[in-house]
Amino acid sequence: MGISPVLWQFLVHWLHNSALFPAEASTIAPWMDALYFFLLGMTLTGLFLVGVLVFGFSIRYRKEKNPVATQIEGSTLLEATWTIIPLAIFLLTFVWGALLYFRIYDPPPNAMNIYIVGKQWMWKAEHPGGQHEINSLHVPAGRPIQLTMISQDVFHSFSIPDFRVKREVIPGRYTTVWFNATDPGTYHIFCTQYCGTQHSGMIGEVTVLSAPDYQKWLAQSTSGMSLAQNGERLFASMGCNACHSGNAAARGPNLAGVYGTKLTLTDGSQVQVNDAFLRDAILNPSQHVTAGFAPIMPTYQGQVSEDGLIDLVEYIKNLNTNYRVQQTLMTSESNQAAPPTPAGGTTETVKP
Amino acid sequence: MSAHTIVSLPDQSTAKLPKVNYINAEQGILSWLLTGDHKRIAMLYLISITFFFFIGGAFAGLIRFELLTPQSDLVAADTYNKFFTMHGIIMVFLFLVPSVPATIGNFLIPIMVGAKDLAFPKINLLSWYLYVAGGILTLAALVLGGVDTGWTFTTPLSTHYLNTHVLTAATAIFIAGFSSIFTGLNFIVTIHRMRAPGMTWFRMPLFVWSHYAASLLMVLGTPVLAIAIVLVALERIFGIGVFDPAKGGDPLLFQHLFWFYSHPAVYIMILPGMGVISEVISTFSRKRVFGYTAVAFSSVAIALFGFFVWAHHMFIMGVSNYSALVFSLLTMLVAVPSAIKIFNWAFTLQKGSITFETPMLYAFGFMGLFTIGGLTGVFLGSLGMDIHLTETYFIVAHFHFVMVGGMLMAFLAGVHFWWPKMTGRMYPESLSKLAAVTTFIGFNLTFLPQFILGYMGMPRRYAAYPPEYQVLNVLSTAGATVLGVGYMLPLLYLGWSLKYGAIAGNNPWQATGLEWQIQSPPLTENFTETPIIDYEAYDYEWLEKKTKDEVTTVG
Amino acid sequence: MDNAIVDTHEVHEHVSLPQHRHHFETEEQQREAGSFGMWLFLLTEIMFFGGMFFAYLLYRNWYYDAFAAASNQLNVPMGAANTAILITSGFFMAIGVWAAEMRKRKMLVWMLVLTTVFGCAFIGVKYFEYKEKYKLHHIPGNNFSIAMFVSPQNYPQYPDTYAEKPLMPDMAQKTQVFFFLYFAMTGMHALHMIIGIGLLFWLTWRAWRGDFSSGYVAPIENFGLYWHFVDIVWLFLFPLLYLINRHPLN
Repeated sequence: MGISPVLWQFLVHWLHNSALFPAEASTIAPWMDALYFFLLGMTLTGLFLVGVLVFGFSIRYRKEKNPVATQIEGSTLLEATWTIIPLAIFLLTFVWGALLYFRIYDPPPNAMNIYIVGKQWMWKAEHPGGQHEINSLHVPAGRPIQLTMISQDVFHSFSIPDFRVKREVIPGRYTTVWFNATDPGTYHIFCTQYCGTQHSGMIGEVTVLSAPDYQKWLAQSTSGMSLAQNGERLFASMGCNACHSGNAAARGPNLAGVYGTKLTLTDGSQVQVNDAFLRDAILNPSQHVTAGFAPIMPTYQGQVSEDGLIDLVEYIKNLNTNYRVQQTLMTSESNQAAPPTPAGGTTETVKP
Repeated sequence: MSAHTIVSLPDQSTAKLPKVNYINAEQGILSWLLTGDHKRIAMLYLISITFFFFIGGAFAGLIRFELLTPQSDLVAADTYNKFFTMHGIIMVFLFLVPSVPATIGNFLIPIMVGAKDLAFPKINLLSWYLYVAGGILTLAALVLGGVDTGWTFTTPLSTHYLNTHVLTAATAIFIAGFSSIFTGLNFIVTIHRMRAPGMTWFRMPLFVWSHYAASLLMVLGTPVLAIAIVLVALERIFGIGVFDPAKGGDPLLFQHLFWFYSHPAVYIMILPGMGVISEVISTFSRKRVFGYTAVAFSSVAIALFGFFVWAHHMFIMGVSNYSALVFSLLTMLVAVPSAIKIFNWAFTLQKGSITFETPMLYAFGFMGLFTIGGLTGVFLGSLGMDIHLTETYFIVAHFHFVMVGGMLMAFLAGVHFWWPKMTGRMYPESLSKLAAVTTFIGFNLTFLPQFILGYMGMPRRYAAYPPEYQVLNVLSTAGATVLGVGYMLPLLYLGWSLKYGAIAGNNPWQATGLEWQIQSPPLTENFTETPIIDYEAYDYEWLEKKTKDEVTTVG
Repeated sequence: MDNAIVDTHEVHEHVSLPQHRHHFETEEQQREAGSFGMWLFLLTEIMFFGGMFFAYLLYRNWYYDAFAAASNQLNVPMGAANTAILITSGFFMAIGVWAAEMRKRKMLVWMLVLTTVFGCAFIGVKYFEYKEKYKLHHIPGNNFSIAMFVSPQNYPQYPDTYAEKPLMPDMAQKTQVFFFLYFAMTGMHALHMIIGIGLLFWLTWRAWRGDFSSGYVAPIENFGLYWHFVDIVWLFLFPLLYLINRHPLN
């Protein structure tokens, strides 16, 4: 960072203990704070400069001292100076801020994904292993965590000040943010976009656990099936397996392994198959027809909730073969007992 | 004339208000309610915006009272939501937007360019009636039970999830918007077409330039707010789906339409105030504004750039990273002209002959507080920094610094500076200085803690908050109380001065500018004969020569 | 606009027109200011309609198929007729302005009357268009139905619909967005026309009284600007809404 880490820690901890500063509890927090202190310095310098000029000139040229004013038109040199120097500083701020922004909103590829659904007035966190939390989020320390978020109703905004991350949570599309928590402990979660009556009640706690503690928590808070397993159930009960059976002559494209690939649509455009694409394809299929297939998929708008969509997306994400798909097609009932939840932390839920 | 002040009043034992002036030219309430005289309309506006200011201020007080304690214990959460909504709507649309333009601007623009009135006096009056209609509808929304959308009317909350008086409030703002459009239209045509002979663009006072720039924004930006409101109303009434994702609409479309106006709106609010500061600093330094051309062009630059930065209110809402880059870059560019102005005003002081009457105190307050407010805007324009700071009390502190520490101080500076011209009376100087200092102290105590609260993460629009934020909130409320006292004082002593203030005479400040060459209060037609301008703006040497040739009485 | 609401003053020696307002130095200045004001006002109207045009561009880009199908439901002959009506109305208005400048009172009155008649004709045609939409359940809201888009083959009584390709239900849902924009934009346009027609009645009466045949033409000129602007908005609306993917001469 350019200054002694010891000094930095001292400053930040002292400020935090005086209840004047948030904790630095994520890997990005020190970088955010560095920009903040730079900007603070810029502001104080600017204020000091303006103050010196105003007070200095007022005292030196007050009427008693200078009864006759000298008319001055201006100075192009000064104009240029105080145009270019502020512009340069602001542009530096722009570059620094932009770099930070891209860092926060572009998650690393190995980030562990947790889904957040916001609704008036609570946060639901859905872990891939099936753990569900309300107004609370348990995460392991030291690992990049990506939050994929959507709202069921109005605009909300998911904010963890101590991690220095925040993103709007809106209806109709996923938004994502990522962080890497460094210190075990509990930190505030706030909803920061006004969303109605209980906006100030839409708060929670993120609990950062050390790796072994996190494993323990995962094991003890499973409530049945993982998201992907739920998704598998939905996939069968809603009849998706009829068209997306994986057979050569199937009416719908093969979904095994499609996540993360580049898909060509009927209009020739290429799209990246990510969470947003999958969700949108279920709700607005006519705009996401894979090349070589007919536009016959019905829409599931209104028939599946955001939670259900998350389950389906998670299922398709982890789908590597169509073995079980074809099995469910052949059974007359699709509500067989599911296998027990695998050991915590893994997302592999489908037996090859 | 003492060494500590430039005030020059006529001999009070013999001085009297001019026999005929715009106030007593016609009698009767109808002559005021049906007037075409821009000065009378300005006074009508002054009374109405003061009325709404104190209502909005009352809501501010209620907000701060609730925030004394972490729990939502003063009022229910719904009520608190109505408080900040009404505070925002009233302060933005019914106070800040019309504050300087509709009162001081209306009064002075024709005089400053040497005209007898604005281009369209009847439209000016219509403007005021539209404002009053908007105000009455807002009060109706209040009395009928309030509205709790926030002044930003975010969809889908405002369209599908609230059953309060959203339509009433939306209609109120729609109507008030047209008031603003017509005022701006009037100013632009007047400035283009009605300048006196010899009054070239670059001989106009900078007050006129800043109003010209603000008028461009009013005229081009406000209609987009109007259509955004219409769409919200249609969505609410007919459920057409323009902002509803389930029907194929996009709630982010509302955000774009709303902020396309509401960002230029903040420049509509501040530019006229900057015009006031130019006049005040020049007068109380006895000097031409340093870099006249730069200040004039920077006003227009702010207006122009101001149209291209709106999505900096939407950085975290899911706009593409690359569009965020463009808007952040443009935001940095729009910050530069404001910096240019601050430095030009500071250097106006150099080699001046400075006195510290109340308008000058407010101007100094403006410079310090607007510098802080403007620079904290750079924090928010910087993408990464905005992620942490947006939607927190940092934003609240930022905009109160520029709007209250900046604009409201400029408004008070202007009211005090032109009070003798508008009423013929001087206000009591020591009391006004006290009020200025009180306001300054109260303001800082109220809003500086909010920067800290914001960085700590305290969200906006929260009725209840975690206990560790309480100390700073209590400090803020304490400051608000002091601030409230500071704003009450002018109401009292300015009212007092109408009857008991010293007679001001034509030019108590010995200022340049056409308005100071005519009587106080002015005649209805402003000038007895059309002025011919053959001197520059802020020409103190011309003024000195002129005064030497006249007989002046010294106070 | 203001000059249209002016009241008559007593004649002073130093001015030649009774309508001269005293805050203007010359009539020239008054006329120029009035004209400038009207142009500025029209600029605000462009910004106002612009918001809806932007929404239209956005959604048409996203839901092209739905927009094309929905646009095919609009009655092109009626729309084209309206375009011709409105252009003719504008033509008469332009002659009216000339008549005022030439101080021909009778001709001015006739032109204003014709402008009004054609304006009313436009509104009349719009009424029939809207009525048709209501019958077909194409008005957004509770009564909206996508049946004609999902299964056009069930509507042989409407040959244009019958020949359409069926849309998927989720895309068919988006036709509601098209119709909402159609009603909002043409409705807003119609509202401006109705206001214009109201003003025409007033101007016609004043013209008949001779107010505009002695050199004071500003209200007619400025209203002409307004009327032509309303015309131009329609000239943009018609192709954008009606002609999205019309096949030439099927």
